[in-house]
Parts: sequence; structure tokens; C-alpha cells
Amino acid sequence: MNESLTHIFLDSFLINNFVLCTFLGMCSFLGLSGKFSTAWRMGVSVMFVITVSSVLSWFTNILLVKYHAEYLRIIIFIIIIAATVQLTEMFIKKNSPALFRELGIYLPLITTNCAVLAVPLFQTSRGYTLVQSTVFSIAASGGYCAALVLLSLVRERIELSDVVSLAKGTALTLILAAILSMAFMGFAGMGNAS
Amino acid sequence: MTAEKQAVTITADTHPFLNGLWKQNPVFVMVLGMCPTLAITNSVRNAISMGLATTFVMVVSYGMISAIRKLIPKQVRIASFIAIIACGVTVVDFLVKAISIPVYQALGAYIPLIVSNCLTLERAEAYAGKQPVIKSMLDGLGMGLGFALALTCLGMVREVLGAGTFLGYPVLGSHFEPWVLFLLPPGGFISLAMWLLFFAWRKERAAKLAAAEATQ
Repeated sequence: MNESLTHIFLDSFLINNFVLCTFLGMCSFLGLSGKFSTAWRMGVSVMFVITVSSVLSWFTNILLVKYHAEYLRIIIFIIIIAATVQLTEMFIKKNSPALFRELGIYLPLITTNCAVLAVPLFQTSRGYTLVQSTVFSIAASGGYCAALVLLSLVRERIELSDVVSLAKGTALTLILAAILSMAFMGFAGMGNAS
Repeated sequence: MTAEKQAVTITADTHPFLNGLWKQNPVFVMVLGMCPTLAITNSVRNAISMGLATTFVMVVSYGMISAIRKLIPKQVRIASFIAIIACGVTVVDFLVKAISIPVYQALGAYIPLIVSNCLTLERAEAYAGKQPVIKSMLDGLGMGLGFALALTCLGMVREVLGAGTFLGYPVLGSHFEPWVLFLLPPGGFISLAMWLLFFAWRKERAAKLAAAEATQ
């Protein structure tokens, strides 16, 4: 409850990075990290969806608690997320048709990105205030975006090198992710200081 | 990406149950549902309970989706599928809590996250939304058990190497120094990569053998 905002930010951005340390949003992480240009656009769209749906869920949760309907939480949260994704889709389609074509099938799939559902669930179980939840959602989705961009840069480089044909594809991506994840383990020490 | 396309153009001649369990194994062949696969497999017990919870959700919700598939308008089908799956997940959430509190605490947030597991939605979209009830439930059962099998395979490697135990019982003797890395996040990535490499190697070997036989 009394966690400082900087601590929340550092914790969800680096120490417990959503993708590399808690394995949320893996499917899009493995599927969309092939090209840098797609990766950062996807990252920003997810950031937008997570932030909006997290704030909406925070207000909805107050209503749910008031009417003792906590058991509906999962269903309500996923509906909020689906609505936000639909809204984002319409917004991007109107403002940037080129981007819309590029993201294609992955835009509606943001709904089934576990990172998006995890943010409202975590903020509720940790009892964050509105400001804390907003910082948490921005940091967590920023961490997702950063991991996606980092991996896409590495993968663009490795495209040019000679890799054993057996390892090409998902296996190679997973090994790269493991190395990135080991690097992020180094941030674990920061958690104890604050 | 190619794996996902394969899954969509699935052949109808294989039995739906066996298809999910082995031929189109959700983790090793289709590479779907990665989040729980990597996060929950640090012990065999967690892996099995997660696999069974997912199986239950898939069987129940696919039965319902398939039963009302003709009533759902095409435009809102994804949202309706998710709402139905979310109901199944809410039931499982309470079931696990009632059966075993330690398991519930170990699985934590990953039970509600079955809703947004890409595997559950992919199969609903590719199979349950088009096929009759019994076939869809069999598909859910096969896919779910195939998922549980894959999770157990991963959990086995990680628990034995990371803690020297299997289902909590020590198997590697007292002189074994636990390889803690395998319990931590990077270990998940590495062990899944190794399993994928193993299956790719087997496939390539089988193809080579078949080619050698054909030339003889």
C-alpha cells in the first residue's frame, strides 16, 4: 500500500520485467519480435491499451467491491480489455491506415495478450491507489515494449549470421530470450536497496 | 508463424483427441500458450495442476461454444468466446482454491490468466466454433492433455536439474549441487529451447532416414 512510486516503477520496469522475468505476453514477444519496425509499434499499442484498461478497471473494481461481486472480476476485466482493444483498432484505422495494415492480425490479438489482463489483476490484488496503478501500468507495459524492441534488434542482427539449420526459428529466439533474461536478472539486486 | 498456419489448415482425418495430444501438440508443435508453459513449470506438481486446470477450462468452454456456435453473430464471436472461457476460468479458480490452497498459491495469477492463454482462444476459433459438441470437447480434452504432457516434460527437466527432486522426492542424491538457474526465468527459456531442438532433430533424422530408404 505504501510503496513509493519510484519503487513501483523500477520494480515492474526492470526487476520483475513482465516478459523476461514473469513470462507474460510471451506469444506476441516470440511472434512479433522479428522486425524492429513492427516490434516498437506493437509495443506502443500495447502500452496504450494497458494504460487505458488499467485505469478503467480500477474504477470498475470500486463498483465490484461495493456490490460484493468480486467473483465477476475476471469476466469484467476481460470485457473492458476487449472494448479498449476495439477502440484502439478503430482509432488506428482512422488515423494511420498504413500502421493498421502492418499490425494486421496482431491488433485484435492484444486481447489475448496475458500481460494486458495481468496488470488489472495485479493492481487489484496488491491494493494500489489510482496513481500507483497508473504508474504500475505504464512501467509494466514500458518493460514489455523495451523487451520486445531489444529482442527484435538482436534478431535483426542474427538474421545475417550463419546459424545451424536445426536451431532456426523458435528455438533460436528462445535461446536469445534466455540470454536477455539472464541479463535482466542482474537488476534483481536493485530491489533490496529500496 | 508457420506453426500457426499449420494449425489452421488442420486435417480432419485424424482423431481429434490424438491430434491434440501428439500430432499437433500445442506446445511442441504449435508453440502456443507460452506464458504458463514457461512460468509454471519450475516443479512437476505445479506443471501437472496447471495442465489439468487448462484441460478442464477447454473441455467445458468448448462444449458450450460449440453448442451455441450457430447463435453467435460472426462479428462478435471472439468477444463471446472470451466471455464463455472467462466463465469456465472463474469456476476453475474456485475449484483449485477449494481442492488445495498450496497449489492455488503456487499457481497464483496464472489461473485467471488461462482466459488470455492464446491456446484456448486459438482452438475455440479454429475448431470449437465450427465443429459439433462431442468432437469439440474431445479436441479440448486432447489439446488440454497434450498441453499438460508438454508442461510435465518441461517441469521434469527443470525440477530434476534445478532442485535435484522429482515431485518433491530427492532423486539425484545428496552430493548433487542444485543447478538453481533452471528454477529461475532463464532456465525456462533454455529448457523449452532444448525440447524444441530435440524434436526438430528427431524430425530431421526421420526425414533423412525416409529419404535414404527411398533412394535404395
